[in-house]
Amino acid sequence: MKTLTCTVCPVGCQISITNDLSISGNQCKRGEIYARQEMTDPRRMITTTLKTISASCPRLSVKTNNPVPKDKIFECLHMLHSMIITKNVKIGDIIVKDILNTGVDIIATKEINI
Amino acid sequence: MKKDIVIIGGGAAGLAAALGAYDPSLDMLIIERGAMLGGILGQCIHHGFGLEVYKEELTGPEFANKLIQECHEKKIPYVLDTTVIDIEKKASFIILLSSIKDGLYHIEAKKVILTTGCYERTRGAIDIPGDRPKGIMPAGSAQRYLNMEGYLVGKNIFILGSGDIGLIMARRMTLEGAKVHGVADIMPYSNGLTRNIVQCLDDYQIPLYLSHTVTKIEGRERLERITINEVDQNYQPIIGTEKTFEVDTLLLSIGLIPDVKLFNHLKFDKHPITKSAIVNQHYESSIKGLYVCGNALHVHDLVDWVVIESKHCGSQAKMNLIHNQNDTLHKIDVIPKDHIRYVIPQLISFDEYSETIELKFRSTKKITEGTLEIIQHDRVIYSKKMKHVVPAEMKHVHLPFHMIQKDAPILVSMKEVCS
Repeated sequence: MKTLTCTVCPVGCQISITNDLSISGNQCKRGEIYARQEMTDPRRMITTTLKTISASCPRLSVKTNNPVPKDKIFECLHMLHSMIITKNVKIGDIIVKDILNTGVDIIATKEINI
Repeated sequence: MKKDIVIIGGGAAGLAAALGAYDPSLDMLIIERGAMLGGILGQCIHHGFGLEVYKEELTGPEFANKLIQECHEKKIPYVLDTTVIDIEKKASFIILLSSIKDGLYHIEAKKVILTTGCYERTRGAIDIPGDRPKGIMPAGSAQRYLNMEGYLVGKNIFILGSGDIGLIMARRMTLEGAKVHGVADIMPYSNGLTRNIVQCLDDYQIPLYLSHTVTKIEGRERLERITINEVDQNYQPIIGTEKTFEVDTLLLSIGLIPDVKLFNHLKFDKHPITKSAIVNQHYESSIKGLYVCGNALHVHDLVDWVVIESKHCGSQAKMNLIHNQNDTLHKIDVIPKDHIRYVIPQLISFDEYSETIELKFRSTKKITEGTLEIIQHDRVIYSKKMKHVVPAEMKHVHLPFHMIQKDAPILVSMKEVCS
């Protein structure tokens, strides 16, 4: 049994969900989908910054193009923090393809001219 | 140098105001004090922006880039590394500028739009007792150090204030390897979005202490320890509820104030709650031809709302220029009443081209179910049922202009429906 706050809309229902996925406390269908996803395969978008060799832009901001499994967040960050950007980057460029076999790419959200 | 419209501030509001005001026949200029356009969006690397304006979820830098590209396509002129020293209103506005490249110079403008954003309240604003060590700073400053410069400002963090910046920084510092020991808010509710409480605090088991505040700060050189206490209904600390945390950093997310106090020669009427200009429905202040929008007018929850408001403001400045509306118009007051903290605009001007008026407001408390009423002459002229109104979320309604009469103020009131 787990209690979670629904983030689908501003109402913020307190939803209870049991291990066999019976759900209560939600006021709409979207809350049920949210709770089921959170219980079976919770995922989050990651945004962070990477080190660059540029003096004017010492950090490159990046994001995941899709949410990654919640339990992979710190592993992904660990890998990203070891990288150094040495080339010009445009918004939307793929910085890491299929990070840790999650099927998710890391994408630049900023332009950098080294 | 003479300009039709000068926009002060090249962040989201300034860029959007420029897009709203754009007309090939007008001579415009955006003045930005930083080295880049885009303002605060550059350091807001998290996602969640853009759903209203661009119908897709973007990060701050991506959102800024879209606005900048739109301005580039229209070849809207701008100057960087240039700050406004003073503005004087004569027949037109005389603006004194200082720039790294061109030194000190004047420009003249028919209309000025202030899109200078807001600044963060600091420790001095809330008088936390105790030592004065290093390691205490506003959350937005820590965000800039981390996301732009690459410096993590501490390892063991406590955050005072549960507004969105505080919540976002709790997650951000955690992801970068710091331990966030807790977030405290003096109010019995958080001022942040529900999504941020779940995804920034709950996800990382960061405790949220509501009705708590920092009562003691200890540390000689660097911050070493803070104490928090629960507060009573009058926000006074309750003795005996002390909790201490060994932390090296205290981030403050205790509110933002519109940044409009720069100009000695430009004194417009100010509102005590928004701490910025009193404006009419076109975002024009008590000084004719001076417009204020975005976070420089009132602090918004979402950059999307800043952009929508500022585009409208820009287009109104342009309209005013084209219509050459120079007479002083008749005005009525818009007054917040029951459960309403403030309303924008505070004035309605009777001109020839307004069709609907957008009223934006915040409530003073959480209202599960209520009716918004707009009252003139003791008569309800407009009402709308509203659910889940909270102080942290700005609400808005559109009022048809023909419903309003010229001879009395209008009152905006929220009636609670008891369920």
